[in-house]
Amino acid sequence: MSEMTDPVVVGVSEEEKILKETVRRFAEQEIAPRAQEIDAEDVFPRDLMTSLGKLGLLGITVPEEYGGAGAGIRAQAIVVEELARVSAAVASSYAAHSNLVLDNLNRHAGPSIKEKYFPALCTGEKIGCLAITEPGAGSDAISMRCTARREGDHYILNGTKIFITNGPVADTIVVYAKTAPKQGSKGISTFVVEKEFPGFSVGRKIAKMGHRGSPFGELVFEDCRVPAENLVGEENAMVRMVLQGLHRERIVWSSEAVGIAQGAYDIARKYAVEREQFGKVLADFQMIREKLVDMALEINLGRLLVRRCAVMADMAMEGEVGLQASYAKLFTGEMAERVTSKGLHILGGYGYTKEFQIERYFRDAKAMPIGAGTSEIQRLIIARKLLE
Amino acid sequence: MDFELTEEQRIVQRNVRQFMLKEIAPVAEQIDREDKFPPNVWKAMGDLGILGVTVPEEYGGADFDLLTAVLVIEQIGRVCPALAVSYGAHANLCVDNLSRNGTDAQKRKYLPGLCSGELIGCLALTEPNAGSDALSLRTRAVKDGDYFLLNGTKMFITNAPVGDVFIVYARTANSGPLKESFTAFIVEKEFPGFQVSRALEKMGNRGSPTGEIVFEDCRVPGENVLGEINGGVNVMMGGLDVERAFFSGEPLGIAQGAFELARQYAMEREQFGKPISSFQLIKAKLADMYTEIEAARGLVYRAATLADRMQRGGKGTEVHKMAAAAMLFAAETATRVSNQALQIHGGYGYMLEYPINRYYRDSKLYEIGAGTSEIRRMLIADEILQRGLEYV
Repeated sequence: MSEMTDPVVVGVSEEEKILKETVRRFAEQEIAPRAQEIDAEDVFPRDLMTSLGKLGLLGITVPEEYGGAGAGIRAQAIVVEELARVSAAVASSYAAHSNLVLDNLNRHAGPSIKEKYFPALCTGEKIGCLAITEPGAGSDAISMRCTARREGDHYILNGTKIFITNGPVADTIVVYAKTAPKQGSKGISTFVVEKEFPGFSVGRKIAKMGHRGSPFGELVFEDCRVPAENLVGEENAMVRMVLQGLHRERIVWSSEAVGIAQGAYDIARKYAVEREQFGKVLADFQMIREKLVDMALEINLGRLLVRRCAVMADMAMEGEVGLQASYAKLFTGEMAERVTSKGLHILGGYGYTKEFQIERYFRDAKAMPIGAGTSEIQRLIIARKLLE
Repeated sequence: MDFELTEEQRIVQRNVRQFMLKEIAPVAEQIDREDKFPPNVWKAMGDLGILGVTVPEEYGGADFDLLTAVLVIEQIGRVCPALAVSYGAHANLCVDNLSRNGTDAQKRKYLPGLCSGELIGCLALTEPNAGSDALSLRTRAVKDGDYFLLNGTKMFITNAPVGDVFIVYARTANSGPLKESFTAFIVEKEFPGFQVSRALEKMGNRGSPTGEIVFEDCRVPGENVLGEINGGVNVMMGGLDVERAFFSGEPLGIAQGAFELARQYAMEREQFGKPISSFQLIKAKLADMYTEIEAARGLVYRAATLADRMQRGGKGTEVHKMAAAAMLFAAETATRVSNQALQIHGGYGYMLEYPINRYYRDSKLYEIGAGTSEIRRMLIADEILQRGLEYV
């Protein structure tokens, strides 16, 4: 399958083709040779973020006046897919930084926050992360316990966030906290926190099964003093922001799943045409062909879903995109699992060892139906929309 | 058909369960993390009497029936799949094989040490270019006086880095059908020319050492031929049905261990003000997991019982396809169940500090090792196409 030359992928523009080729070249030359080490050592390749900044990819959806490229979510989805094809860890850290922080703030923050924080985030001088999840608030995000209380010119934040991608290395932290705890979902606000703010600290780093190298950890706020001007948008208005942000996050996350699947497919295909058993190459056996075909079919479907959704988001079809993003997220997450499992299987015993790297894709894929809203939550969201 | 376990089988099951909970469960995570077993684990299993599970008592074994052996490996896999892999390679691939095919002298020489845990056993069949197509092996054995000189490379050999006794298949005839051209040998790690060239790092079943072996003019005494010269195929195929029935207990145990972790987590974890076990999507997962595990158990136990009763396995026998079906289904059940179990854990399941991710990584091996799912499907299809289902 050569998706590069696909004639009608919902109208790929010339610019998008160039973008895809550029990111692929960078990923193959600069990331691929280090992907195994990033995973094995679980070390964040900080310098790659700077390189992504130099390429203009970090602020891809941010207006040029703030140091960005002014493109849409379609472009960001392309970047994430190409990164994930060689390293899910790099793709995850990129997505947390560029989508959850930059794209999110770009849509909701005022000019002063953008002026202050965007240039350094766009170059990669600073790293960003977004903090919603708490130890007791996973799928049930609204039940978060983190609070922010107004005190003069500051808000005082207290609470613990967990499973935060980029958390342990982040300079700029976007955090959600309850400003009116009794108002449930209508009492949550968003803040930009700098790691130097008094009362902020990084808790433990958490070791994961996959996406190793993308730092992941706990953030602790103990009477953390945040200047009032770092409130994003209005007080208690987080829900609207989150709901819109989630669609965009899900599009990008789905694209990452497609990239992981594509990477696994590429390895499996190569192996299947090279490995000989019973006097012929594996690709000559029907059972292997069936696997490759099903993998390619599902990857194509996943990419189309993501692409369609991204186009809708860029056209600001807010009424439609939520449902479509959940479809994409649900399908691509589980698709990546199936595809990487089949891919590993094609490599047989070699696939199970660390040498051919496909086991990394298999481990990485299992995060896809969990993060950014589990498959179960996506099914409930979809059901709600269908039954409305 | 009797679905009840005997009193003796229950006792063995309980003893192994207790051993696993007491000795292995506390270190199971460490075994995975450090990729090695604690010292003395073989001795402890030897003391428990399970290393020679199918070996006659006169050679130091427990002489259990095959279903009892399945119960043993199932209980090991339920807590520590990695240990089950190493145990299976030792107790079945090496020890059971020696017990069935060895001469009295060979058995007296090797079995007592293998049954007590003093010696660790391995089987070396797979080569870098001979995986599913096992008969295309290229390791050669050439007669040299009273010895054979072995040359070649073996790949993915469980226990190799720590093994003492190896059953090795090597080609001994240059012409004639492939099936009649190779021989099984018993090789000791001290034989000159034998070398474990490297240990392989795996995604799962970490702790169970896997290695590559190189034979360079390795001198093996003529009396260490196992079975007949050029009769390796009988040694290899004679025990295959028993092997599949036995090994299918392993993924069955993994599925059960993963299910138990998920059940516990679902009852403890609260979201939206109630335990997640009260949500229908989670209930449905648990119900499906249970159903699949019990379906696998029925197939696995039946295959083991059948394999025990048959005088002969192999092509054309009922046990041949049933043992393959048990392994095929149990292996795919283990991957599905451990996947669902991890999913129930959500983000926590993805963290190394929760044991469920270990079951997820471990389970994938059983669709690949000891014959891939594809080879099992081919075998089953060939049998049913030629002979139908043999039901009345």
